[in-house]
Amino acid sequence: MLYRIVAHKQLSDNVFQIDVDAPLVARARKAGQFVIVSSDAASGERIPLTVAGADPEAGTIRLIFQRVGKTTAAMADIPVGGALGYVAGPLGRPTHIEKFGTVVCVGGGIGNAPLLAIATAMKEAGNRVITILGARTQELVILEDEFAGLSDDIIVVTDDGSHGRKALVTEPLKEICSRDPRPNLAVVIGPTIMMKFCCEVTKQFEVPTQVSLNTIMVDGTGMCGGCRVEVGGKTKFVCVDGPEFDGHQVNFDQMMRRMTAYKELEKREMEQYQKHRCKIGLK
Amino acid sequence: MIVDSQERYLQELLDKQARGELKAKDRYAIPPQDMPVQDGVERRSNMSEVALGYTALQARLEAMRCLGCANAPCVEGCPVRIRIKDFVAEIAAGRFDHALAIIKENSLLPAVCGRVCPQEVQCQERCTVGKKFKDPNMSVSIGRLERFVADLASAGGQTPQVAPSTGKKVAVIGSGPGGIVVAADTRRAGHEVTMFEAFHKPGGVKVYGIPEFRLPKKIVQEEIDVLEKMGVKIVCNYIVGRTRTIEQLMQEDGFDAVYVGVGAGLPKFMNIEGEYLVGVYSANEYLTRTNLMKAYAFGQGADTPIAAGKKVAVLGGGNVAMDAARMAVRLGAEKVYLVYRRSEVEMPARIEEVHHAKEEGVIFCTLQNPQRILGSEDGHVVGMECLRYELGEPDESGRRRPVAIKGSAFVLDVDTVIVAIGNGPNPLIEQTTPGLEFNKWGNIVVDEGCRTSMKGVYAGGDIVLGAATIILAMGQGRIAAKAINADLAAKKLS
Ligand SMILES: Cc1cc2nc3c(=O)[nH]c(=O)nc-3n(C[C@H](O)[C@H](O)[C@H](O)COP(=O)(O)OP(=O)(O)OC[C@H]3O[C@@H](n4cnc5c(N)ncnc54)[C@H](O)[C@@H]3O)c2cc1C
Ligand code: SF4
Ligand code: FES
Repeated sequence: MLYRIVAHKQLSDNVFQIDVDAPLVARARKAGQFVIVSSDAASGERIPLTVAGADPEAGTIRLIFQRVGKTTAAMADIPVGGALGYVAGPLGRPTHIEKFGTVVCVGGGIGNAPLLAIATAMKEAGNRVITILGARTQELVILEDEFAGLSDDIIVVTDDGSHGRKALVTEPLKEICSRDPRPNLAVVIGPTIMMKFCCEVTKQFEVPTQVSLNTIMVDGTGMCGGCRVEVGGKTKFVCVDGPEFDGHQVNFDQMMRRMTAYKELEKREMEQYQKHRCKIGLK
Repeated sequence: MIVDSQERYLQELLDKQARGELKAKDRYAIPPQDMPVQDGVERRSNMSEVALGYTALQARLEAMRCLGCANAPCVEGCPVRIRIKDFVAEIAAGRFDHALAIIKENSLLPAVCGRVCPQEVQCQERCTVGKKFKDPNMSVSIGRLERFVADLASAGGQTPQVAPSTGKKVAVIGSGPGGIVVAADTRRAGHEVTMFEAFHKPGGVKVYGIPEFRLPKKIVQEEIDVLEKMGVKIVCNYIVGRTRTIEQLMQEDGFDAVYVGVGAGLPKFMNIEGEYLVGVYSANEYLTRTNLMKAYAFGQGADTPIAAGKKVAVLGGGNVAMDAARMAVRLGAEKVYLVYRRSEVEMPARIEEVHHAKEEGVIFCTLQNPQRILGSEDGHVVGMECLRYELGEPDESGRRRPVAIKGSAFVLDVDTVIVAIGNGPNPLIEQTTPGLEFNKWGNIVVDEGCRTSMKGVYAGGDIVLGAATIILAMGQGRIAAKAINADLAAKKLS
């Protein structure tokens, strides 16, 4: 099986979107699920990526990723016609989709990618969808058009005010939660710190909140425990019990500390890879 | 010189045997043959196999120690009933290929079993010679002999014959030892066999868990190569339950029988304070990162990082704990502590691994147990608080229960903690296969033919037994394959 890249698009400075041949995953995947991929089958690191969309007929899946470590950097360099080392999945439990009423979807940074699949499914199930997208600056707001197309209402905020409102996502979220009637559900996907603060807001207003966690993963099948988080005082494995959890139960502080685990090492490796790219003439 | 005299010694024994004069007393007098090993200091910094295997001369001398007991208690101790007495006699006679043929009647993977079976609680525990000396270490080294003949042959192993096609399709889920046996046995019967593996490399625990220095990956690869040569189709990166469900495999993809051999994949944690700190790993994670993704070569071509701890504590006393501790030694840790709640005699690990771990400098902290793991401001492990224990009354398992000694708390200075206290069954199949019966611990329920509650679905290995052993997984694979072949032949499955 060759996991060939059939389309490649740069969404922002460091965010890339690729469509990859993976017919079985394309057929099986549901909103909220992810895959484990590697840039190179022999020695590659295994990284989890949410399936942002799929075309079962063409047998392709869409992945959106940020260039942060060596693997994502190498993936960004693979041209159309090239192939990934492997794609395994879909993994994780699918999102529970039903008609809740009004669903507010909050996306931050790269979190917009997994959110899009869920927002689409929520809309299809007959929900009123309000979307809030946040980023540091205009350049980093991805998939805005796609969300605008499906949402009943969309609010964009940036930290520096370069696009949309100058605010953090929690501000419009608070406003929406204080409306009468309150939204029936919030779905929040983004940086851990953002999910944490959004959950504090929705908890105040007693709006049930789903978050999708993006922890370290190795196997993605429950074998290593590297993806463990504490939810409601219990140890849960994100890859088999999640990736979605009740945001009001997640121990975000603990999770954030764990996320720093391999950061330093990863940075070092990334620098080496950049040097290597320079040497071989890529910029 | 020494070899010459040993050769003469063997010849004398053989001559005496030929004359019918070799007595039990003579056999008892033969010194047990030690297996050559890599130097204890040198091997601390390489991944190569530690035990080097017998020479032909050593093997024959060791085999001469066997009394050929009429009742052969060793066979009773073997989970797959290898005709031990007979294969050992063939080795003594120098007919190594005959010996291997006898082993292969019952075991498909002698090169693996010879290395990793817990012989001292199986065949060698029962051996009359060991009983005579009241020391299981004095038993005939059946495992080493098995390994010896397997290694001789593996260089030029032949591919088993495959019967003409039956047109039936068998799916094997998981490429562990159980799955390998089922694939081989059902393929031999002429069925079309596909093996599905979630990981990007086939082999199961033998590739991602057990380290190179104990079981070279080359051996596992050879087993997989043989399967492929027999025409078994191996599909990696395929997670049954998610990529396709068992129901889809049977109803849409045309499989007539499915064997579930997905292992015991869910690591247990201690549920103590500090287990989320950076530097705490399950042994599975630690070993997978190092074995499968070669994290020890991070920065030299391999991409998966592992923070190489300087002072490492490993919790547990089984094979997994030994493997993790010895791996930490090889990754350059200055101090490696093995922390175990009971005493050394209760350790479930193979004696040989305990012995090797000690030789390599692992510090055994028995009758100790962690209370909590201490962290720094930024969430890294900086120590582990432990309590000392003493042995009290026996518990349900018959082992003396460890009881904490009041006021004995102390802090072990470590930066890495590896938890190796066991695995529970993987929930993925249970989550995705309604109609398949599981017990309350999450293990699949099977009958004596390894048939599950679903027609056409069979199961074996750790997912049925709980974390067990390679030989037991193989044994169940054999049983399941037999049932599959019989049921398919009897057209019980459509
Ligand atoms: C570190 C370590 C050391 C050990 N040492 C010893 C020893 O010295 N002696 C001994 O006898 N035993 C030892 N064991 C135990 C032994 O390895 C197991 O009992 C044995 O491997 C179980 O075999 P199995 O057939 O159940 O499959 P496993 O070897 O457990 O393999 C199962 C396979 O199934 C795959 N899988 C899981 N879920 C799915 C899915 N949904 N779809 C597709 N594939 C899937 C997994 O990726 C895996 O490759 C050790 C175990 C470990 C972890
Ligand atoms: S019990 Fe020991 S001595 Fe007796 S047949 Fe078996 S291996 Fe030989
Ligand atoms: S990624 Fe290994 S258990 Fe979840």
